Amino acid sequence: MSAFFQYCVIGLSNGAVYAMVAMSLVIIYRATGLLNFAQGETSLIATFVVWEAHERGVPLPLGLLIGMVAGFLLGALLQRVAVQPAGDPATAPLQLVIVTIGLLLVLNNAAGLIWGNESNVFDPMFGPSSFSIGGVTIGAQQIGTVAVLFAEALALVAVFRFTKIGLAMRSVASNAESSGLSGIPVSRILVISWGIAGGIGAIAGTFAAPNLGMDATLFLKILVLSFAAMTIGGFDSLLGAIVGGLVVGLITDVLPRYVDWLKEMPLAPAVLLILAVLLVRPQGLFGSQQVRRV
Amino acid sequence: MTLLSASIQRCGYGPVNVLSNVNVVVDAGEAVVVLGANGAGKTTLLRALSGMIPFTGKINFGGVARSKVAPDAMVRAGMAHVPQGRGTITNLTVEENLRVGAYTRRDGDVAADIERWYEMFPRLGERRTQQAGSMSGGEQQMLAIARAFMSRPSLVLLDEPSLGLAPLVTREVFDRVAELVRTTGTAVLVVEQNANLALQFVGRGYVLESGEIVTAGTASELQADTSIREAYLGGPAEATS
Repeated sequence: MSAFFQYCVIGLSNGAVYAMVAMSLVIIYRATGLLNFAQGETSLIATFVVWEAHERGVPLPLGLLIGMVAGFLLGALLQRVAVQPAGDPATAPLQLVIVTIGLLLVLNNAAGLIWGNESNVFDPMFGPSSFSIGGVTIGAQQIGTVAVLFAEALALVAVFRFTKIGLAMRSVASNAESSGLSGIPVSRILVISWGIAGGIGAIAGTFAAPNLGMDATLFLKILVLSFAAMTIGGFDSLLGAIVGGLVVGLITDVLPRYVDWLKEMPLAPAVLLILAVLLVRPQGLFGSQQVRRV
Repeated sequence: MTLLSASIQRCGYGPVNVLSNVNVVVDAGEAVVVLGANGAGKTTLLRALSGMIPFTGKINFGGVARSKVAPDAMVRAGMAHVPQGRGTITNLTVEENLRVGAYTRRDGDVAADIERWYEMFPRLGERRTQQAGSMSGGEQQMLAIARAFMSRPSLVLLDEPSLGLAPLVTREVFDRVAELVRTTGTAVLVVEQNANLALQFVGRGYVLESGEIVTAGTASELQADTSIREAYLGGPAEATS
């Protein structure tokens, strides 16, 4: 039994990372109605900035702040120069998804070009220490990852609920035209939304890289699982992204330990779960009924 | 004093031109109607004025001449636009809708202003924490008007407030708008198909047909005009009201 709980601990701390990326996907989806395939690679570059800063002697928490600023600027820049000119997501959703897939490739290559393709060691922010309860070993880093996820979620909710910019972001997500007519600078709000998503990408990477290794492939698998988390949670819900991320982490880490054929294809349970959710509850667990913006 | 003086040579959607040589003037504090049938270009005219679609021509608003306008800049300049269908920000609460209306304001009176609107429209006050999209059409129209006035505009563009509302509710909406024009000195440019009703509440009007102004005059002149009676006031040719 303690083995089972051990797998759950691993699953939850990995799931926290999927939840973080899923939250950034949700922010962009709510703002622009767009599935951003480049979100993982934006996070990758932001994470490389954290790693680079740390390599140069900057303490990790400060390096994370620098990476978040870099991620914000990169996300904002992508929205402004690549996505916004490519069209309106309401009328050209496919074109825009293709643009974000193109950005995925460009950013991934750029990261390889700048930082090389070998895998680097990324120090865990909360150190290597661990303790054990009833035969289950829990690392400080694992607890820290989940704690940071919840801190991040609370901060985001606070921004959305209690700040003027948050009100503007929710307003634009609900009715962009009326928001513009009320004096909200809509395109600037979209740029800021993408910036916030890029900024929190640095957090996800900082907690994923110590496990998976700091290299250009870091976010390829994470992105797929984060899409799964987002789908399960319901596309437009931050709470859904968190629950979805943790569920996906649990399923993909726990099930393959007990089901032999899943060892060769660990993503299969996530895909099956997506299908099940979409069949039974198309809007996801926490999504709003009307998912498309009208 | 002239508040708005617009001269729009061309305006439309891609290759389709909707407005040709439309000139509209609104003085400070007055209520003006633009009458016209479906497809005459009424909504397009308002969209051009508030910067939602580009046009060729000139708009002079509040003493500043512009050949290009952006919605948020126009709000800052004192123009508020209630779009067709009321433009409710459905996922926000009633109160948040009003706060969005005050987005461009930097003063500290926003909360007090919101309370004043709750006094004026008690229904909004009762539903302040409710999702705005769950309200009835009439309530959403009141909310849209309150949201527009929250920016403390000098001119409000009102796009067919009667759309989808019962006659009694429509009349109440117009009563409230007329009262606001009187008490706040805000000018209103309203477009309507319901000419009978609209002409009771405004001083002047324009008639738009196929994207051109065909007649202009005071409300009583328009009410007396036989061709307008036939087209828009339920005269012998066609009944639209």
